[in-house]
Formats: sequence, C-alpha cells, structure tokens
Amino acid sequence: MVEKSELWRWTESRWTNEDIDWKGKIITSGVDVGSVSSQAVILADGQLYAFSNMRTGSDSPDSAMKAINWAIEDTGLKLDDIVYTIGTGYGRVNVPFSQRAITEIACHARGANFMYGPTVRTILDMGGQDCKAIRCDERGKVTNFLMNDKCAAGTGRGMEVFADLLGISINDVGDLSLDVDKEPPPVSSTCVVYAKTEATGLLREGWPKNKVLAAYCSAMAHRIISLLERIGVEEDFAITGGIAKNKGVVTRLQKEVGVKIMDTSKYDPQIAGALGAALFAKALYDKGKRK
Amino acid sequence: MIKEKENRRKFVIANYGYKDGSGEYFITIDTDKCNGCGKCVDACPYGVMAVGEDPNDPLSDQEAAFVTEAERKKIKYTCAPCKPTSGKKTPPCINACEMDAITHSW
Repeated sequence: MVEKSELWRWTESRWTNEDIDWKGKIITSGVDVGSVSSQAVILADGQLYAFSNMRTGSDSPDSAMKAINWAIEDTGLKLDDIVYTIGTGYGRVNVPFSQRAITEIACHARGANFMYGPTVRTILDMGGQDCKAIRCDERGKVTNFLMNDKCAAGTGRGMEVFADLLGISINDVGDLSLDVDKEPPPVSSTCVVYAKTEATGLLREGWPKNKVLAAYCSAMAHRIISLLERIGVEEDFAITGGIAKNKGVVTRLQKEVGVKIMDTSKYDPQIAGALGAALFAKALYDKGKRK
Repeated sequence: MIKEKENRRKFVIANYGYKDGSGEYFITIDTDKCNGCGKCVDACPYGVMAVGEDPNDPLSDQEAAFVTEAERKKIKYTCAPCKPTSGKKTPPCINACEMDAITHSW
C-alpha cells in the first residue's frame, strides 16, 4: 500500500522571545484547546514570552498538556513557575492545570486587542469548527458578538476537506485559488459535504484545481459576510484563526466587505484566543493580589 | 458593502444562538440594560436562561443574563413551545424583562 501524505496537515509552530529573561517575573499562561488546534501562550509580566500552536488530539486534557509543555520547552520554565493559567476554547473546562476557564469570545477580543493594537473594533475568528464575529472597544472588551458553530461551511475543517479532495497541501490553497484569470462563480452549496459533491462534479467537467479552489474560497467569503452583517463591521478589522493564513479567503472577504483587513504577519493569527486567556490570567492574578 | 456609520450608542450586545439552513435563531441580550435580576430565569419554563458572571466580560463584577451553553445550539426547538405558529405571542422571557434587554431574532 502506498502511504498517503496528509495534505490537510498545516504547519505547527512554536516561538520564544529571546529578548526576555523570565526569571523574577510574574508568569501567567493561557491555553486554548480548540476543535482542530491547541495553543499555549506564556506571558512574563504581561509581555509575550513564548507560544506553541499544534493540532488537538482526541483527548483535550492531553492536548492542553502537550501544548503547554511545548511552549515551555528549552526555556527552563517549569509548570510550577506559572502562577495563573486560564483555559479557553471548546475544551476549556478540560485544561488540568488551569485556575479557571473563560469563553473564547472574551479571550479573542482581548488577544486581538494586544496583537493588532487598540484601534481594532471588529474581529472575525475563523477557527477549525466555528466562526465568530466580535466587536470590541479600545480596551478589548466585547461589545457585540455572534458565533456560529452549527455548520462546518466557512471553517478550517471545510478547507481541510477540499485540500484532501484536490490533493493540494492546505498551506498552498490560498495562493492557488488566486491564480485564476477570471473569478469563477462560487460553489452554490454552503454545506461542506454538498460543496464537496459539487466540486467533484466541476472537476469532472474539466475545471482545473485552482478554479475549483477559487469557487470554494469565494463561497466561504460569501457565507461569512452574512454573519458579519448581523453585527456590522467597524474599522479597524482583523481576522484571527487558521483561515487568516488563507490569502484566497482573506482577499475575497476584503473585496466584499469593502474594509481593509489588518496585516497578520507580526504574530501567528491562531494564538489570539490563548493570548487573550493569558492576558486575563495576568489581570485576574493582579486583581486577586489587590484584594 | 456593510461598513457602518460611526457615532453609535455604546452598547453591549450578546447574540446567543446560531444560523443554519432553516434560518437565524438568536436570543439577543443587551447586557448594558440587563441588571441581573433573574426574572427571565424564573419565567423560562425550559431552563434556557441563566444569570451569573457575564461570560464575555469576566473582569466585571456586574452579573448578567445569558443563554446556557447546553441550550445555545438548539433554541429553535427548545423555545418552540413559547412561539406557537398560530397566533404570535410574546415569549415569557421577554415579558418578564423589565429592562427590555431581551430580543429574539425569529
């Protein structure tokens, strides 16, 4: 049997801020156990010190442990050095070493406020299994939100299905989908299962892979617009989550919304939730000490 | 183009629910208006509403109403008995709220 490469597998990452010496500082952390990916973020005195971003396994507590252990790897930090940890995301109640859990809506707003600065007013988080549209104020406090997790269309999981169907690495989907002379009409089905059926039909008609991807990315952008309409878009507008790395969807969304989408290159857009959780951990630790 | 006008009232809106192929099902709570009195919780016959720490503003000491996590994905069905298709009537949670903080999208 020929071993099939796993095309949906996106690149896992970890990072340490070499300019910071954590010793003597207050270490807080946030762990975001999502449906597809898990992240751990470590803060030293409220400054970003390290993060890890990896796939979630079938066991939430185990994924949380793996993420945090990878984040502190080679830093000399031990789990006991972390004074406060907050769990967030879909598996937030299953983070074994955390003091408490906070919803991902609150964490994403707080994290995006740190990542993109206080001018961010609208955040779209396109995760593995759900899609969240959040409005926030200059302190990163949520003022309006909407979450859709009843349908996989417009999520990372849907994109994984398409990468697998077309035999293209998930990391290349965005660029390839933009490599078309003329924008094809979007696939009509919003459901991933039927969109896949439709794509199979288009391939049979002789559509090249990049054109099919363009049709799917464009359908995804269309679908998300209807979510955004409910809460309204105010500048500045940022996208977090795995799909933020897919230029094919981001470019099309930007065109449809008519608002510039903030540059994501400075931080990994997938860490927003865990970063927000770590910032809340710092705030709650300080609050507890004052009492 | 869905860019929005500025200078809107500062408000805090929580939309609990979902959108699926059959429509939009959201219970919207204006947590700025909500005083955490809990009358909606007593009024709801199916345990959809709850009051406690605002899940989206954990640093605030003010309690607010929200839709329980277990019910968020099925309010179309749970709330159906309060929304008979023959003759529209206001659901008990909306009636109970003296602050007019609750609205339904369907």
